[in-house]
Amino acid sequence: MSPMPRFSYHQPTTVDEALALLTQYGAAAKLIAGGTEVLPKLRSGALAPEQLISTRRIVGLEALDFDPASGLRIGGGARLSDVAACPEVQLHYPALASACQQMCTTQIRNMATVSGNLVNGSPCADTAPPLLVYGASVHLVRQGPDGSKLTERRVDLEAMFQGPGQVCVEPEELLLAIEVPPPAGRCASAYVRHSARSRVDLVSSSAAAWLSLDASGHVAQARIALGSVAPTPLRCPDGEAVLVGKQPDHALLVQAAQQAAAMAKPISDVRASQAYRRAVLPVLTRRALEACVARLQAGGSQQQGASQ
Amino acid sequence: MANKTTIELFVNGDRYELAIDSHRTLAQVLREDLDLIGTKIGCNQGDCGACTVLLEGRSVCSCLTLALEAAGQQITTIEGLAPSAEQLHPIQEAFVERGAVQCGFCTAGMIMSAAELLSHEPDPDDERIRSGLSGNLCRCTGYYKIVDAIGCAAKSMGTEAETAAAETGGEPS
Repeated sequence: MSPMPRFSYHQPTTVDEALALLTQYGAAAKLIAGGTEVLPKLRSGALAPEQLISTRRIVGLEALDFDPASGLRIGGGARLSDVAACPEVQLHYPALASACQQMCTTQIRNMATVSGNLVNGSPCADTAPPLLVYGASVHLVRQGPDGSKLTERRVDLEAMFQGPGQVCVEPEELLLAIEVPPPAGRCASAYVRHSARSRVDLVSSSAAAWLSLDASGHVAQARIALGSVAPTPLRCPDGEAVLVGKQPDHALLVQAAQQAAAMAKPISDVRASQAYRRAVLPVLTRRALEACVARLQAGGSQQQGASQ
Repeated sequence: MANKTTIELFVNGDRYELAIDSHRTLAQVLREDLDLIGTKIGCNQGDCGACTVLLEGRSVCSCLTLALEAAGQQITTIEGLAPSAEQLHPIQEAFVERGAVQCGFCTAGMIMSAAELLSHEPDPDDERIRSGLSGNLCRCTGYYKIVDAIGCAAKSMGTEAETAAAETGGEPS
């Protein structure tokens, strides 16, 4: 059996307690939530912290709150299976629900958190493209200079990703929640993923799309994000710009998908070759856009989702 | 590093008090300290599902769960599924009847995953069963019989629930 390094283990029950530990230990500490990334990395030697600080006992950190006016707040401890099963997420944020339902396995979804999926900084994080098209941000907190008050900041999710495995979260910071704006008017979203053998495999390429229409049926706003095809999860303004102000017909969606996919910088790795990713990306992106349009046309209600 | 922490574990309805090193996993503690060796350690990285147990009713990989995380929580292992020493759980019974056990290494994990699935989805179709087993690998590749057995177990558990409801005069839950 692969050896497990030795470490001290902390199970704070409040945010303040967790932040005090993070401040005390700094870079010698590592936060652990579900453990599905951290434990394999401890065994492989990729991580060797002296102190592990668990977020699992922090009271309230797993909360999922939806409010039509302020949107969705995904607590830093919310697990993938909770998000996947949440009726408000399924209704208002179907691309996110779809990602959380499809990725990895039942057991891992029961353990892993959305926040962990994001702060690992993996380009192939399934929850990233949906949260990027919803315009999500992360709420980070740390202990204030006098030790008593919190210092907090909010960072756009897009700005948080800095490279493979790199996010702009400091060692002393805790991701308190992911904040997702409320759904706006007549809009729809979808997430489409491709993996080599089954859903269980890490995604080889993925695309999320979000569209809103104005009263005349033209695209008011568009957002496209791609996963696993660049050093970070990728917003694609070039593809979005093609759509805005136009009737979303087939030719336009094809063109937007091609423009979006052209922004990708895929590499060849164990999951797919660069050439394959370049070929599959416009197709995935077009399908995500088509799913949005189909739901918008079929619906007529305020929020329509396409979950694939 | 002297790092032991004393914790309580509630396993299959029994309470245990144990002094545990922080680096040990729930899978190790179940097998090595409690002699509950029905739970298997296969890949030890969350891929194969042989170590699946229920933690507060949810299936988890016990190889990726530090034992200290399970402190104070209810754990069900394959040893705790059967209602008594003389009677198998309907899922276990179906695995025997449908020949769903080959080498047996994956079986405990498969059955625990099936138990979780049927707890919230009492009448799944084959597609849902396969999806519920997505975190469990069988290297004998005997999946057809496993899926078949879980379908049979669902039916027999449904019938049991109906019979129980008829006897008490209530609706099946």
